Amino acid sequence: MPRVVVDVMPKPEILDPQGKAVLGALPRLGFTGVSEVRQGKRFELEVPEVTDAVLADIEKLADTFLANTVIENYTVRVEQR
Amino acid sequence: MKVGVVTFPGTLDDVDAQRAVRIAGHEVVALWHGDHDLQGVDAVILPGGFSYGDYLRCGAISRFAPIMTDVIAGAQQGLPVLGICNGFQILVEAHLLPGGLLRNDHRKFICRDQTLRIENSSTAWTSSFEQGQEIVVPLKNGEGQYVADADTLARLEGEGRVVARYVDVNPNGSLNDIAGITNERGNVVGLMPHPEHAVEALTGAGTDGLGFFTSLAGVLA
Repeated sequence: MPRVVVDVMPKPEILDPQGKAVLGALPRLGFTGVSEVRQGKRFELEVPEVTDAVLADIEKLADTFLANTVIENYTVRVEQR
Repeated sequence: MKVGVVTFPGTLDDVDAQRAVRIAGHEVVALWHGDHDLQGVDAVILPGGFSYGDYLRCGAISRFAPIMTDVIAGAQQGLPVLGICNGFQILVEAHLLPGGLLRNDHRKFICRDQTLRIENSSTAWTSSFEQGQEIVVPLKNGEGQYVADADTLARLEGEGRVVARYVDVNPNGSLNDIAGITNERGNVVGLMPHPEHAVEALTGAGTDGLGFFTSLAGVLA
């Protein structure tokens, strides 16, 4: 079954406390050289088929529900498998 | 007045909100998230808690609960609506109030008695207070950092729509120390701290919170 992936990320200008917490842990774990971490969400939507109408619906779903566009950006893509 | 208090799955503070409404002299109507019926109430409170476990984003799933269709329609007609903590998060998710609420900048849950300054005493929920009055009510949140883009912030400040501001300390990184805001009409108020926990000397940080609930009497007057 085809899969549509929606990635949601905090907007660049928005402070990301979770990403900051992850970044803070990296030196303790011996990882160096990472200067920034941003944490987002990935949604995997299984659909019977990918059509323009299906993608338009998912775009609307992402825009109104999966992401809060006041504080987050999102992308919609079809995963090739 | 009949004041509805909505219970969502995961709401915690509905009973305290109901108690505050009664102490303020109003009749309580318990409203259920899954219903499509405001039961003729004169005002609605969306109480605090962790509705839907804060899954997806705080308030994001509750915002689409059946009763929210009626709350949103009512709010747009001037129905007084107060969202406290998780209720505030639901109101911004529903776009009844601008901006958003993020995890506290220091990343820790905070629970303290917090001093606030009432910056707008002309809303449906703050008319019992004096302009500039300082009050102490409990604050308890993990995601209470108020953010908005620069234009929105300037508009809120310019139109006097910041209802309450944190005093002495900014407990969560909120822009401009914002603890609560209102819509253009002044009937919808979102507040991160918890006035419903400060309505009785025995159990609260005092009784400063009561003013939010007694203010409603001025709406119909």
